[in-house]
Amino acid sequence: MLAYIVRRLLILIPTLLGVSIIVFMMLRMTPGDPAELLLGERATNEALVEVRERLGLNEPLHVQYGLFLKRLAQGDLGETIWTRQKVWTEIRERFPATIELAVVALGISCVVGIFLGIVSATRQYSIFDYLSMLGALIGVSMPIFWLGLVFMLIFSLGLGWLPISGRLSIGVSIETITNFYILDSLLTRNWVALRDVIWHIIMPAVTLSTIPTAIVARMTRSAMLEVLRQDYIKTAKAKGLSNFKVVYKHALRNALIPVVTTIGLQFGVLLCGAILTETIFAWPGVGKWMYDAVMKRDYMVIQGGTLFIASLFIFINLAVDVLYAVINPRISVR
Amino acid sequence: MARKLGVLLVVLALVWAVPVLAADTPKSGGTIVFGRGGDSVGLDPAYETDGNSFMVCDNVFEALVAYQDESTALEPGLAESWDISPDGLTYTFHLRKGVKFHDGTPFNADAVVFSIGRMMKERKVKFMDPKLTIPAQERTPEYWVSMEMDSTVDSIEAVDPHTVVFRLKRVEAPFLANLGMDFADIISPTAFSKDPKAFVRNPVGTGPFKFVEWVTDDRIVLEKFADYWDKRGGPYLDKVVFRAIPENSVRFLELKTGNIHICQFPNPADIDLARKDPNLKLTEQPGMNIGYLSFNHTKPLWQNADMRRAIAHAINTKAIVDNIYQGMGQVAKNPIPPTMWGYNESVPGFAHDPELAKQYLAKAGYPEGKGLPEITLWSMPVPRPYNPEGLKVGVAMVSDLKKVGINARIVSYDWGTYLKRQREQPEDMDLFQLGWTGDNGDPDNFLAVLFDGLASDSVRTQWKNEKYHELMLKGKQTIDQNQRAAIYKEALQLIYDECPVISIAHSTVIWPALNNVQNFKLHPTSSVRMKNVWLK
Repeated sequence: MLAYIVRRLLILIPTLLGVSIIVFMMLRMTPGDPAELLLGERATNEALVEVRERLGLNEPLHVQYGLFLKRLAQGDLGETIWTRQKVWTEIRERFPATIELAVVALGISCVVGIFLGIVSATRQYSIFDYLSMLGALIGVSMPIFWLGLVFMLIFSLGLGWLPISGRLSIGVSIETITNFYILDSLLTRNWVALRDVIWHIIMPAVTLSTIPTAIVARMTRSAMLEVLRQDYIKTAKAKGLSNFKVVYKHALRNALIPVVTTIGLQFGVLLCGAILTETIFAWPGVGKWMYDAVMKRDYMVIQGGTLFIASLFIFINLAVDVLYAVINPRISVR
Repeated sequence: MARKLGVLLVVLALVWAVPVLAADTPKSGGTIVFGRGGDSVGLDPAYETDGNSFMVCDNVFEALVAYQDESTALEPGLAESWDISPDGLTYTFHLRKGVKFHDGTPFNADAVVFSIGRMMKERKVKFMDPKLTIPAQERTPEYWVSMEMDSTVDSIEAVDPHTVVFRLKRVEAPFLANLGMDFADIISPTAFSKDPKAFVRNPVGTGPFKFVEWVTDDRIVLEKFADYWDKRGGPYLDKVVFRAIPENSVRFLELKTGNIHICQFPNPADIDLARKDPNLKLTEQPGMNIGYLSFNHTKPLWQNADMRRAIAHAINTKAIVDNIYQGMGQVAKNPIPPTMWGYNESVPGFAHDPELAKQYLAKAGYPEGKGLPEITLWSMPVPRPYNPEGLKVGVAMVSDLKKVGINARIVSYDWGTYLKRQREQPEDMDLFQLGWTGDNGDPDNFLAVLFDGLASDSVRTQWKNEKYHELMLKGKQTIDQNQRAAIYKEALQLIYDECPVISIAHSTVIWPALNNVQNFKLHPTSSVRMKNVWLK
């Protein structure tokens, strides 16, 4: 197992190298000059020359890439073009917000999605099955942007239950240790802040969870249907086991493999930042940050951010593979 | 009993009267939340270039001179007064006494030399304190460069603790107005020297509010500075919070629910809603900007003034402003806003007159557009402060041109490429849309920067006119404002006569706010000043 993990981690290096080359080249091929965007209408020719010089944009591409790699080897992602902060500092400031939102959204998706999937599979072609699968279809196809605004109109403006946007109310303070607000408020036993943080995360998390919930529900349903047809399920039933035990102990465990894969992939997607959800709910995460960077051609942010996300993806995939072995002892990782 | 009743009545009357009396007297306390579209980039005024950064700096820092509340007329800031030598080359500033920075450092001549001197390429500076040095500059001070300050300022010298002398290399009338801009804000030398890299996230100035906290992409919190020097008015608010809420409609919802007090840049449709909402009010200010259409003056076709006039009369600017600016703009007849001194009221502007356009077209040798190849009309891909939708404006113009027999097609690129290619004046560019937001309220900042192609090849409209160039030079080198106004009026008349540019619109800024926000005024430079704002 350990050897397997180490081997997988070693693959990280060539993968990231590949990612960095692709991102680097794609960025330079995309039209749009960061210096022009930085200076806007007021740019003078002299100022442009100076900015390009400072950003090293006048160097030939291979020299620029070499410099980037050299810094990367020292663990330095460089400085952003716009804010002139360290890229790593900017990632550290924003990632906790994204991860927190993604974890809560994924939690909702797992619980709701798996539950819906099981129930529809066990009552195939029932009204519940139709309803939940219709719900799943709507969930996948609902424009997040619209859904978020509708939630706001109902739950904030109409009922006044939940705050509209942001991570924390003005006037509530939190001592940031990890920048994960839920964790921080628990660590400092700040219950006022904890309540406020949870209140703020509900709406964006539910909005963000609609698509993964629908995907998980459909995947669970089809996997369960397949497993439920197997002989050993018949055997288990014939043994006189309760329906609950058959479904949750025998069937679910075997059906979970494709579901876990799906969940892992969805988590990766959520971590890249939910651009729309973050934008609507003014959630200070990484999705909005990367999006803005693309618009402003902040090469450094896009390069650093992509590399970071790529490595996260690899870690999540690894975790999923390891989970297989835990869920199903017949699979062993070597 | 009657007496008791009488006492009660008096008490009631007083209870009723006190709030009425107090209604217009500023009240201290409270937190104001300003909702805006994005976070600040940095808070070191010398190096920032964006409005979201400057609006925070406006409250933390001050400059030697200041713009008045709703105009760019100058008033004393950290300098109580100033003298200009008769040759216009030496400026002596007499500094305010008893002013402190937020970190307790006294404000003095050295702080001025330090703050401005750090931006100079060749630092010809002299401090009172011989031990004071300026750390090496790590970035380009974009505004210092774009306002050409290195070719203006020769040296800065602290002659006594409260007097600073600037010596200039050339006579530059807008110099004083430049010193009112954010980049010329005075910073605490102690705070900066302690950690020059960290200053951009921990600003220390002399302004009415001091910096407290910055939660990236979420909020910046400022707090009342108790030792603020100017005791005549505010700060009244305990705290000012700038909150980033990227989505316009969500920001407006936050305003409607009372979670924020002022909503920057709402959707035009929401302005009508705000107008009808009894809890909201609108603050309005004509923006100091111009959206224009100009020509590729390097092509012979557009060196013919009749061709330019044909286009000018063909385009229906009023329809564009009515339909696309949606009431948030006014038709422009001069390329500088009407609130600016030097504005030429007597210029008639180009009336929408397709018949006249056809006549000019015929005069230029293309009757009914015959023989004229298809022309390109470059349109901006992104909303800008002076033009909400460049592409829609482009479409409207193309159809206007069609009506007089001119075939035009829209060309657009991503914003960076657009700016870059426009600068190169390529053969495939005939007409282009662009615009400008003023920096310092000086007409030179529009007229020379935008249209004097003989001054520099950085000028976006490479229009080269000897007479205009001379007027621009004269405008820079004349100190007296009345004389300058006359010069710029003449230049505006020349622009009308020669038609190197078609002025389209000046956009209006309208921001809704909660009713209890008092004394909030929009500034033409888009700066956001919270000093005299209070909450009812």
